[in-house]
Amino acid sequence: MNAKTAHLMRWWFIFIACLAPLPYIVYRLVVNNLGAEPAKALVEFLGETSLIVLFVTLAVTPLSKFKMLPSFVKYRRMLGLWVFFYASLHLLSYGMFLVDWRNFIEDLYQRPYVIVGALAFLILLVLAVTSPRAAIKKLGKKWKRLHRWVYLATFLVVVHVYWQLRADYFEALVYFTFFVALMSFRLDVLLAWKSKVINK
Amino acid sequence: MLIKIRSSLDIASSEITSESAYLNRRKFLSLSAAAGATSLLPSSSLFASADASAFQNLPSVNYAPGEKITPYETASTYNNFYEFGTGKSDPAKYAHEMTTKPWSVVVNGLTDKPGTYNLEDVLKGLELEERVYRFRCVEAWSMVIPWVGFSLSALLNKFQPSPSAKYVRFETLNRPEEMRGVRSFTSSIDWPYVEGLRMDEAMHPLTMMVVGMYGKELPNQNGAPLRLIVPWKYGFKSIKSIARISFSETRPRTSWEKAGPSEYGFYSNVNPNVDHPRWSQKTERRLPNSLFSPNRIDTLMFNGYEEQVASLYAGMDLKKNY
Repeated sequence: MNAKTAHLMRWWFIFIACLAPLPYIVYRLVVNNLGAEPAKALVEFLGETSLIVLFVTLAVTPLSKFKMLPSFVKYRRMLGLWVFFYASLHLLSYGMFLVDWRNFIEDLYQRPYVIVGALAFLILLVLAVTSPRAAIKKLGKKWKRLHRWVYLATFLVVVHVYWQLRADYFEALVYFTFFVALMSFRLDVLLAWKSKVINK
Repeated sequence: MLIKIRSSLDIASSEITSESAYLNRRKFLSLSAAAGATSLLPSSSLFASADASAFQNLPSVNYAPGEKITPYETASTYNNFYEFGTGKSDPAKYAHEMTTKPWSVVVNGLTDKPGTYNLEDVLKGLELEERVYRFRCVEAWSMVIPWVGFSLSALLNKFQPSPSAKYVRFETLNRPEEMRGVRSFTSSIDWPYVEGLRMDEAMHPLTMMVVGMYGKELPNQNGAPLRLIVPWKYGFKSIKSIARISFSETRPRTSWEKAGPSEYGFYSNVNPNVDHPRWSQKTERRLPNSLFSPNRIDTLMFNGYEEQVASLYAGMDLKKNY
């Protein structure tokens, strides 16, 4: 198998794996298998999917340090766009099916988790818009700095989840652990980079 | 005072039992009969009469006239019972791990008859009846459910609480080996689950002790074998799978008061004018709903039982006593 075929296969594998949650949830919706509050189940599923793909995206760089693994850095942009795709569907379905527009402003005031989620989405939007090659070229060095905002977005999403919990923090703990693990890796990189600069 | 309330309720109930509610009831009865026929195990029923018919053909009063009864499927699969996990479908998945037969209830505190009672003895001599109540969760969803049980007052009177008893405290079974939510190390609830009522709330004729719903025994996820229903309070007050009843002079501290004192008060009466700190309580989603119709309806003061219960709180600031 030559390199090109391998690349194509990986590309399609990631594409299909990332697409799969969509027909899955639509199917459950159609056969009425989402329980008493299908809209809520749908919105939660889309949000969770987005966050999981986000963690996978963030794991790409650390994993690429293991030389025995095939590098997935090439597919990081696609993964990031899937994050944005599910986050958009999450927000869209929330707006269409869940929001009580009669009490929207009041609700917003009472639900800071919505604001935190919206901020995270804004960051993802900026990152998605600046993801094409042309934008990378144009932004030059600024691009990397801009795209580090993904860590802030991730943190906001974890807070978004945490602020909705009522009695059991297991889910938030899992997400927070992932976040800290990924961040600690980035700190590592950051320190290495710093010492390199100083040694010069 | 109590007699007066009861008589006003009786008049209302005979007027409001609509034909559609009656027909609905017929449907449930035939459904539950079908369920009974397919069940494999001869149920060792809680009741001396020892068969499922103990829950059927009971006198029935509709306290939610003109409202559609929630399908059994919804009421038995969409539950909050954190002893079995915090997901809405967790209790239906895992509550069967709880042993409900045999069941005993500890009665203690300011009572003339403290002791540990078998459920059969607790229930002896109590007449079952069916009542259709609105059920409003603090999370802003609601259902309409036909419960089977009796007035809590009838049960409490059996235990002869002393006149100094001002409050009654309830405890859910605490059996970690059968309850995965209790085993969870990330839970912020201090088990066992504790709820409580002021004595006059407990003795109010609308307050109900429940052993069944939809003409059959309570499923475990709905709080088998013995649960409380206080229809004018948020659902979490209606404690499930009760293993202890205590009478006291001081106000018990409830689990949710401990877990979130600013969010959940002792009274927790349904009140559209007092919002939960994290969401509005003005409206509710009547379940089941669908994608394009959230089924949002206005929340009623005291869940629509204002006429019957408002006098319990006369002169109280309900914003402070949330």
